[in-house]
Amino acid sequence: MESSKPLYSGESLEELKQDILKKYPTKVARKRAKQIIINTIDEKEKVPEIGANARTIPGILTQRGCTYAGCKGVILGPTRDLVNIVHGPIGCSFYAWLTRRNQTRLKTPDDENYMTYCFSTDMQDSDIVFGGEGKLKTAVQEAYDLFKPKAISIFSTCPVGLIGDDVHQVAREMKAKLGINVFAFSCEGYKGVSQSAGHHIANNGIFKHVVGEDDTVQDGEYKINLLGEYNIGGDGFEIDRILSACGIKVISTYSGNSTYDQFANSHTADLNTVMCHRSINYVAEMMETKFGIPWIKINFIGAKATAKSLRKIAEYFGEQKLIDTVEEVIAKEMPEVESAMADARSHCEGKTAMMFVGGSRAHHYQELFNELGMRTVSAGYEFAHRDDYEGRKVLPTIKVDADSRNIEELQIEKDSARFRARKTKEQLKTLADKGFTFKDYKGMMPGMEQGSLVIDDISHYETEQLIEFFEPDVVCAGIKEKFVVQKSGVPMKQLHSYDSGGPYAGFRGAINFYKEIDRMVNSRVWAYVKAPWQKNPELSGSYAWE
Amino acid sequence: MRKIAIYGKGGIGKSTTTQNTVAGLAEMGNKVMVVGCDPKADSTRLLLGGLSQNTVLDTLREEGEDVELDDVRKMGFGGTYCTESGGPEPGVGCAGRGIITSINLLEQLGAYAEDEKLDYVFYDVLGDVVCGGFAMPIREGKAQEIYIVVSGEMMAMYAANNICKGIVKFAEAGGVRLGGLICNSRNVDFELEMIEQLAIQLGTQMIHFVPRENVVQRAEINRKTVIEYEPGHDQANEYRTLARKIQENEKMVIPTPLPIESLEKLLIDFGMAG
Repeated sequence: MESSKPLYSGESLEELKQDILKKYPTKVARKRAKQIIINTIDEKEKVPEIGANARTIPGILTQRGCTYAGCKGVILGPTRDLVNIVHGPIGCSFYAWLTRRNQTRLKTPDDENYMTYCFSTDMQDSDIVFGGEGKLKTAVQEAYDLFKPKAISIFSTCPVGLIGDDVHQVAREMKAKLGINVFAFSCEGYKGVSQSAGHHIANNGIFKHVVGEDDTVQDGEYKINLLGEYNIGGDGFEIDRILSACGIKVISTYSGNSTYDQFANSHTADLNTVMCHRSINYVAEMMETKFGIPWIKINFIGAKATAKSLRKIAEYFGEQKLIDTVEEVIAKEMPEVESAMADARSHCEGKTAMMFVGGSRAHHYQELFNELGMRTVSAGYEFAHRDDYEGRKVLPTIKVDADSRNIEELQIEKDSARFRARKTKEQLKTLADKGFTFKDYKGMMPGMEQGSLVIDDISHYETEQLIEFFEPDVVCAGIKEKFVVQKSGVPMKQLHSYDSGGPYAGFRGAINFYKEIDRMVNSRVWAYVKAPWQKNPELSGSYAWE
Repeated sequence: MRKIAIYGKGGIGKSTTTQNTVAGLAEMGNKVMVVGCDPKADSTRLLLGGLSQNTVLDTLREEGEDVELDDVRKMGFGGTYCTESGGPEPGVGCAGRGIITSINLLEQLGAYAEDEKLDYVFYDVLGDVVCGGFAMPIREGKAQEIYIVVSGEMMAMYAANNICKGIVKFAEAGGVRLGGLICNSRNVDFELEMIEQLAIQLGTQMIHFVPRENVVQRAEINRKTVIEYEPGHDQANEYRTLARKIQENEKMVIPTPLPIESLEKLLIDFGMAG
């Protein structure tokens, strides 16, 4: 956190908040008031409580996606050798097909890659009326006959839940018949509050049906899993490049550039590193309980954060050889980063950004803006929970509501045959004494400036109000917000798909981001968005209700 | 053309009452079409003399889009047209969606077209209004008139009251109205008075009291309406009377469903609590 004077006074922000709330009906205003928070941080890093993971109020233009999108699109979309069959009408399948720019790289040209295919049962009226289980079985059979894949997964869209097709029974039956792993997800779009529920359903499914299927111990030292990294715009490739240069072996990435076999073998890693806390922290927890793999929070967005994360991984393994290699890699990479940073910083320093995206990106990207000398005046998540804002220390105080209970919570026990403590008690104590923390995530708010505005599940209306108030130099969000922002004359960077850019992770990614933001915030084109007559009209009027 | 939907608790005698009434209307020279909206597809059995009907949905499934009206519509007693929506086996799929698909298809095929010269369309609908699909006949003006078959049994009255709630919901948007209650007697004490009172409280009328009579059962076993099976029987005349009353009915209302307490009080007032 950079400690400089707040750009806006608490009173002016409070006034902005009240202005926003004034437009809402009383009940809506009461709910939104809990989700719009002026950040304060006390000496114990305690921040105010924020309302999060609550249902969006109907009628509000939300950023959020659905549970199915979270399950199919986000978590399992990037797994290339898994045939993902969508059970439902064709639109659900088409619009969740490669829309996130998650990239994949085959090891050999002959490797399986089904990501370029769109598999759907294409349900018709008669399938809804008479039930679609038969058609689903046929689809699974057809996919098998055509491709002979290692595994097939089935995703439920809304109507499947309504008519009660038993996708899990179909999966069991086809698994027995075909002799390959077939599993299904009850990830109907209407379940849960946001796509976050879909992430949970997907990860639970992978944990239940795939993790631990392959006990092969691979060669290599310093074996880790990278959890919650989705390889948007090639982020994962850059991270892999750096880790490989350090001599760290990635057993499995969840789920950017992933394969079925990686998941099946991921329980053999010795450390779980968590990028996106929101979408996957529970997998890290379950792997620790069942197999004894500890987990740490890391972040490869931002050059300094990347260096810090590498050092933390090296510290965990504790071997001088690794520590030295990591330092060599950082020393080798940083000069180019710093030169690009200094150049961009000379044009960007003092400018401001707003970010409303994801369950971790709105936090992680503040690192990059900090490196540019830019201040994040307002930020918020689309689908995160309170722990992602306030830190894991609030976990015991989070109320489990009916929507969360609707999502299966797996009861995990120690796998007595395969559980292996990765560190002895003494080793853990030594690490703790040095200040090393496991499963620690402080959340976004303690890292933000005092007096920044934090908003959960922001709406289009609120975004427009904020743009008017803060006049930011750049706004980061997703495709649904892109044009609203641009029409108000502010450059907009998508942090879901990176528009057509990236990677932005790691060292080279940081350089890409500096250049991209420099280009965007210093372009004069945005000043021309408003036509001359909009700024200086010859005639003016007002609405009767104003 | 008058479009009439018959609702009521499951097993109350909707299909029997509908078909006998339709037989009466046909005798009077009306051209009537019956659309069975029950996955069991037994709403036209008495008019057709047996279950020989290809349902709309089965035909649609087997023939694809290439369906002719004659594939799904059979001529029954007195020149009535009979169609059955059909639907899934119990426990799978969505019967409600089936009704929607089926009625839409009938419309596309011109079953309601003017050159069919229909005087009446009757929708015989399964059970209570359980989901959107089963409300289809009263949505979007597909049926304008509702009659609820009821008896003096408590659950039948509960169901009738519930159906009235459904009618209120669609009355404003679709223009549907309640034409009255048909009491299909179960020989409950004070049944006539109680249903008359229920009708008043719902803001409607008891259009006819159909007494319980074993000839109905005999006619059913022989796959016939009473009017066809024993045209001279008093019960046949009861159905003819009901048909005439419906023909002449002008009292169309938006009902006023009762709170449960009022419904229970009604039963207590008529001595049902013992």
